[in-house]
Amino acid sequence: MKVGISLVVIVLLTAIALVGAGVGLNFVFGVIIPYAAIAIFLIGVVYRVLKWAKAPVPFRIPTTSGQQKSLDWIKNDNLESPHNTLGVIGRMLLEVLFFRSLFRNTKTELKDNSKLVYGSSKWLWAGGMAFHWSFLIIFLRHFKYFVQPTPKWVMLLQDVDSFFQIGLPIVYITDFLILAALTFLFLRRVMDSRLRYMSLLNDYFPLLLIIGIATTGVLMRYFIKVDIISIKELGTGLLSFHPILPEGVNPLFYLHFFYVCTLIAYFPFSKLMHMGGVFLSPTRNLANNNRAKRHINPWNPEVKVHTYQEYEEEFHDVMKAAGLPLDKE
Amino acid sequence: MFDGGKIITGLIIFLIIITFPVWYNAVNGQAGERPEIEIATKDTPGKNECVLPADVMRTDHMDLVMQWRDEVVRHDDRTFKTENGREFTKSLTHTCLDCHSNKDAFCDQCHNYVGVDPYCWDCHIVPQDFEKGVK
Amino acid sequence: MAEDKYKQEDLLKIEYCPPRKDWMDSKIDFEAKKGNWCYSAVPAAMEYLDLNTEMGKWQPHDKDWPLPDNWKEIIFEGLHDRLKKFRTLQIFMDICVRCGACADKCHFFIGSGDPKNMPVVRAELLRSVYRKEYTTAGKLLGKMVGARELTVDVLKEWFYYFFQCTECRRCSVFCPYGIDTAEITIIVRELLDLVGMNIDWITTPASNCFRTGNHLGIQPHGVLDSLEFAQEELEDITGLKIDLPVNRKGAEILFIAPSADYFANPHYFTLLGYLALFHEIGLDYTWSTFASEGGNFGLFHSHDMIKRLNAKMYMEADRLGVKWILGGECGHMWRVIHQYMHTMNGERQNGLEEPVSPITGTKFENAKATKMVHIAEFTADLIKNNKIKLDPSRNDHIIPTYHDSCNPARAMGLIEEPRYIINAVSNNFHEMPENTIREQTFCCGSGAGLGTDENMEMRLRGGLPRANAVKYVNEKHGVNQLLCMCAIDKATLPPLLEYWVPGVEVAGIHELVGNALIMEGAKERTVDLREEPMLGFDEESEKVSAATGEDTENV
Repeated sequence: MKVGISLVVIVLLTAIALVGAGVGLNFVFGVIIPYAAIAIFLIGVVYRVLKWAKAPVPFRIPTTSGQQKSLDWIKNDNLESPHNTLGVIGRMLLEVLFFRSLFRNTKTELKDNSKLVYGSSKWLWAGGMAFHWSFLIIFLRHFKYFVQPTPKWVMLLQDVDSFFQIGLPIVYITDFLILAALTFLFLRRVMDSRLRYMSLLNDYFPLLLIIGIATTGVLMRYFIKVDIISIKELGTGLLSFHPILPEGVNPLFYLHFFYVCTLIAYFPFSKLMHMGGVFLSPTRNLANNNRAKRHINPWNPEVKVHTYQEYEEEFHDVMKAAGLPLDKE
Repeated sequence: MFDGGKIITGLIIFLIIITFPVWYNAVNGQAGERPEIEIATKDTPGKNECVLPADVMRTDHMDLVMQWRDEVVRHDDRTFKTENGREFTKSLTHTCLDCHSNKDAFCDQCHNYVGVDPYCWDCHIVPQDFEKGVK
Repeated sequence: MAEDKYKQEDLLKIEYCPPRKDWMDSKIDFEAKKGNWCYSAVPAAMEYLDLNTEMGKWQPHDKDWPLPDNWKEIIFEGLHDRLKKFRTLQIFMDICVRCGACADKCHFFIGSGDPKNMPVVRAELLRSVYRKEYTTAGKLLGKMVGARELTVDVLKEWFYYFFQCTECRRCSVFCPYGIDTAEITIIVRELLDLVGMNIDWITTPASNCFRTGNHLGIQPHGVLDSLEFAQEELEDITGLKIDLPVNRKGAEILFIAPSADYFANPHYFTLLGYLALFHEIGLDYTWSTFASEGGNFGLFHSHDMIKRLNAKMYMEADRLGVKWILGGECGHMWRVIHQYMHTMNGERQNGLEEPVSPITGTKFENAKATKMVHIAEFTADLIKNNKIKLDPSRNDHIIPTYHDSCNPARAMGLIEEPRYIINAVSNNFHEMPENTIREQTFCCGSGAGLGTDENMEMRLRGGLPRANAVKYVNEKHGVNQLLCMCAIDKATLPPLLEYWVPGVEVAGIHELVGNALIMEGAKERTVDLREEPMLGFDEESEKVSAATGEDTENV
């Protein structure tokens, strides 16, 4: 149902782009929509992050996943239970770049109806890594369509990405990695009953949208070739604020481009904001030095407490009888 | 605790990185300049028509060259017949570069523009360079 | 007894594949789910704590819940307020991608297969309401994008499932964004509290603690009695009459243990361990009848309640004029001390000094601000510096394994200290499988205020992963004792193990320290602190071990 609706939305988007490109609404799809999407993305991301930033982190609540720093002779695990900023940076780098926590993933099974076993389960981690890293590299590779001259590092990146020199145009490793990873992530969501149970439109839609982006991209590179000279003209024109609308660009490009615009405009309102949120998660980005350094809660409330004086007053007689020392005789 | 400074610094770094194309273009001032290619032999009699229509060549020339390579090397099939019956030898250096004798002003223009680095020249020598004594 | 009521075969019929049906519309049938929820709080306890008592007397299986008329308003006001106060809440509401990594990490899901016990779905119970209220897509598209109206049924679902989370934070270890279900649970429980929904097993101890200083509501003379009883018992075992300083001003150290240590079994033997140890090293310390509770059921109620109950630690330290505070074996107590106390009540900390062990001279730099040291850190330091003499063979009748309690492991990183101590006092220590210990340790299934008898089915289910790991080492290594450093563990693991792994007992680490401790001037020991014979220390057991040879070691 939710997958179905996501698919319908994607089909609708496809129709809009293809019809739009077909009837020559190039200015809308090549200029207006991209600018609007970029504006929504930038403003949206900044707004969302500032909204998060406005709420304080009242307590220092790192989830410790290793030995604390305590006695000198006990080795502190500074990456899993960091006691200083360096450790926190290390922990965050591991988390952001290598998905450390996901790497821990296990699969619980009940064997013979009586024994629980926990197997290592790295598929989600591998799929996630393959997807995110491929996405990043593809994103960076695409800079060449938006800047002139093409920077050296982009050339280097695509050389590395086409390391195997298979086919012509040379196959990019990331193109196929991302398709494989996306297929895995999608199948996982629809086939695993637990994932299906928890998944929402909010999960299927971006996944299918990115599958659409990757598929149209791969189509254009390897199967239905498009005039990339004109496309770069459009791209650089956009990002130098002198939009140009070249003639004769394949509608497939406009479809690809429209998907991308949809994704970036959708980004700030969606779970995709985990890109920013992962840096702000207080269970990961705080040092486990709670007892060594006080954490201040800006709204630390006044609360009603029960004082010793009230306590002694209530229990004065029994305390006296028991011979317990009293403040007031 | 807010860590506002850190968050704003992070946001600014993110914005600088994500808007890289904009300021890179502004600094270089070359954006939007479509490469000018010289089709060197356009007006020479007998050489004014390519083996395939220009818009097909623009997007699919790499496939044709690759196809030629395979047919020549694997099947000793050296002749290409165009739609209107003209025959060409399947050769990058002798046929393509015969007309487009100006690799710098022709091939390289677009390849450089979109950051494509074809490995044709890892093996093939550009005849014009050879003649000029350039290795 | 649990065995009669619940058959193991029945509990073990666990289906990990949820139905295809959408989860948003279901209703909880409290009558049918008896054994899986806790009774509501009694008004008297709520009143003592100045909580909202509008709901009066009610129980979850009542058909109609006597909610205040403006309950929705109260909840949304509370949620709004908390979104502004907690960045965690905003982030955790916004960035979950439902990758499912947390799904089978929760002991309640593993033990029940109830798909709403998957931490992600538990959080979605709140997230769905958040989306409807705060996101445009949620307002427009509703259920399709995971947004739903807050209804009485949703509220009932909150009550059911957020009192089926023990705030153990195991899911948070596996979450790629560190989403902490405990944080969400605490906040939802706060929202429920605002309309007057609480459970008795949390509110009554909290009000007791507020009044008498301890969860059990024992008055000062009762505390003293109990300590004196332990003093006598220790004299029987060791022949030594130890000092028993209570409410003594001017002591160097204030010692605070969970109150169960002096009232409950098997906690009590850990108390004997503390007393023996403090006597042997000649510690200048005092107990307090006012700060007679280390634990803090406020953690299971609300942030404010944590602060209210915790305040007495610094207030009492200040009143007694001690230099620093030493804390006993407890789990959630240490979550509070380590992660909340100083932030919340730092202003009440007057005149304390950076903790230094008077015996070894070691500075506890990791506790220099909060000024409270965990007894495992303290004892490990004593052992490392050879300040106490230990005879681990006195524990040869015990083959222990160690259960990391959730909070010391995942909120402190107190992982190696207890192991160092155990290895010093036992020759037979065996670890449980690695996915069930340290930061991946499993909850006892009864933490966060859920250790009630009426909740027994869920407790047995939630405790299954822990019990199963104990069973593994029991069968493989003959483990007969599960060590832990948590008062809730000590209270709830014995019935759990009796049900799933009969024959394995539960003990604190300082009980084994007390067994192994060689005390100056003490009489020859033949029995351990439980007054059970020690292997090779009395004539009878010597005969047995001689007759059967080495085999006795591995029984």
